[in-house]
Amino acid sequence: MGLGAFKRSLWVFHLNTGSCNGCDIEIIAALTPRYDVERFGIKLVGSPRHADVLLITGPVTRMMKDRLLRVYNQTPDPKVVVVVGNCGATGGVFYESYNLEGPVDRLIPVDIYVPGCPPRPEAIIDAIAKAWAKLEAMEAKK
Amino acid sequence: MKKNRVQIPIGPIHPALKEPIQIEVELKGEHVENVSITLGHVHRGIEWIGLRRNPVQTLALAERVCGICNIVHPLAFCTAIENAANIKVPERAEYLRVIYAELERIHSHLLFLGVAAHELGFDSILHYTWLVREKVLDVIEYLTGNRITKAILMIGGVRRDITEKQMPKVREALEYYEKVYKKLCDVFLDDPTINARTRDIGVLTKKQALQLCAVGPTARASGIKKDIRQDFPYAAYADLDVEAITPDVLLNEIRGDTFDRVVVRVLEIKQSLELIDRCLKEMPDGPILYEPMLQRLLVQLRQVAGEGVALVEAPRGELIHYIRMEKSEAPLAWKIRAPTYANLSSIVPMLEGCELADVPIVVASIDPCIACANRAIIADKNAVLDQEKLHALSVNKTRALLKGGSK
Repeated sequence: MGLGAFKRSLWVFHLNTGSCNGCDIEIIAALTPRYDVERFGIKLVGSPRHADVLLITGPVTRMMKDRLLRVYNQTPDPKVVVVVGNCGATGGVFYESYNLEGPVDRLIPVDIYVPGCPPRPEAIIDAIAKAWAKLEAMEAKK
Repeated sequence: MKKNRVQIPIGPIHPALKEPIQIEVELKGEHVENVSITLGHVHRGIEWIGLRRNPVQTLALAERVCGICNIVHPLAFCTAIENAANIKVPERAEYLRVIYAELERIHSHLLFLGVAAHELGFDSILHYTWLVREKVLDVIEYLTGNRITKAILMIGGVRRDITEKQMPKVREALEYYEKVYKKLCDVFLDDPTINARTRDIGVLTKKQALQLCAVGPTARASGIKKDIRQDFPYAAYADLDVEAITPDVLLNEIRGDTFDRVVVRVLEIKQSLELIDRCLKEMPDGPILYEPMLQRLLVQLRQVAGEGVALVEAPRGELIHYIRMEKSEAPLAWKIRAPTYANLSSIVPMLEGCELADVPIVVASIDPCIACANRAIIADKNAVLDQEKLHALSVNKTRALLKGGSK
C-alpha cells in the first residue's frame, strides 16, 4: 500500500472514559523516547476538533457516556476510533458493574480494538498504523 | 455570582488532566478564590463486584483499581485477607513483596516527576524521566512477566521467586538508578525554571495538613513525619528500619510548597533503591507461598469468619483495605480507602490564592490518582448530604453489616 492520499501528520486525541490508568500510561509511554511515535509524525493533541484518531480507554462509566458522545461528534470526519484495552472492548473485569454504559462499541462505531490489560506500547503503535491505513483508504475514496 | 468573578471549569476532559475529574475554580482577576471538586467519573463499582467473586478472582480486580499502584492494592487486599484468615506468609515472600512494592514506588515517582515537568511545560524533562523509567519497567517485566499489571501477588505469598540468576540484572538496574538519581537531583533541585514555578506555590502548612488528614508524600512535604512503613510496618518493613522522609533532610527547612513535594519524591527514589538493595542481600531462603494448591486455599478461605484490615504505604500515601468474611464464597464487605481520597481536600487550601496558570502543577503535586479515589457515586444530583445524614447512612450500613450482608 502506498502512502500518499492522507497528506498530513496523524493527530491523536486520547479520551479516558473510566480507565484504571494502565492503558493511559502505556499510551504516554508510546509517546516518550523509548517508543517515540512522534518520529512518525504522530502527535497527541488537546482537543478532539484537531484529531484524526480517537484513542479511547476505559469501560465508559455512566458519567462519561455523554462526554464520549460529545467528543465523538466534535471530531471531524474522516475519523478512526481505536479502543485501547480489554475493558473498552468488552467491559473486561468490570463487565457486570452497575455503573457501566459501555463497552464503547455500544455507543459509537469502533474501527480498531487493541486487546490487552494493558496492551504493550508496541501493540498501541501497531493499532495507530492500522488506523493510518484506514484513513488512507477513506481519503483515497473521496 | 458576583460581577468581577469568573468561574472556570477544568475537566473532566482537559489537556492538563490525565484522568477525568472536574475542578471548578472561581477567579478574582488572576487569582483563585474558591475551588470545588467533583468526583465519580471513574467509578466502576469495584467493591460491589468484589462481593460477587471469590477472593482469588477478586485479586485480579484489586489490581485493576489503579494501573499505576497495582502492587499495593493487591498487597493490601492480600494482607487484609491474611489477617482475617490468620494465614502466615513465608518470610521470603515478605521480602519479595517489599522488593516489588519498592520497584513500583520508583516507577510511580518517576512517572510523577515527568507529569509534574509536563504541567510546567518543561516537556524535555517529561521525556527524560519517562526514558529512565523504562529501565525499572524492564526489570519489573523481567521479574514478574508484565510491564504494568504485574499479577505477582497471591493470598499467602507471591507467585514468582527472584532466582540467583536474575539478581545481576536487578543489581545493574540499581546501579543505573544511582547515576540517574544524581542527574534527577541536578534537574529538579537546582534548575532555576523549576524553582521559579514551584517555590512557595501551593503551600500546605503543617497545621492544615494535620487538619485535613493529608497522607503520604503530601503530608511529609508539610513536615509531618508519618509513613506506614515506619509507623505500622507490614511485610518485611519492620526489619528494614524505614524512616519517613521530610524535605528538611536536604534543605534544612520545610515550606510545604510544591517544590517540597517534588523533593520528597526525589529523595524517596533513593530510599527505595537502598531498601531493594538491602532486601536482595538479607532475603532468607525458603518457600514463597503459604498454600500452592489453589483449591485447598479456596476451601480454607471459605471457612473464614472474621474481619481484616490492612494498612499499606502506597506511592501516594496510606492505603487501607477492609475485608469481612462470613464463611461464604465471596467476602461480605470490602472497603478501599485510597490515599488520593484523603489528599484531595488539601488541594483546596493549596489552590486558594494562587494564579490560574499554577492550577495544573499544584493539582498534579499531590500526584492524584483519580481511579483510586472514585469509590462512590452520587445517583441523585439534588441530594445534599450533610454530616448528620452521612452519619445516619453509615450507622445503617454498620447495622446491615452486623446483621450479615451489605449486598
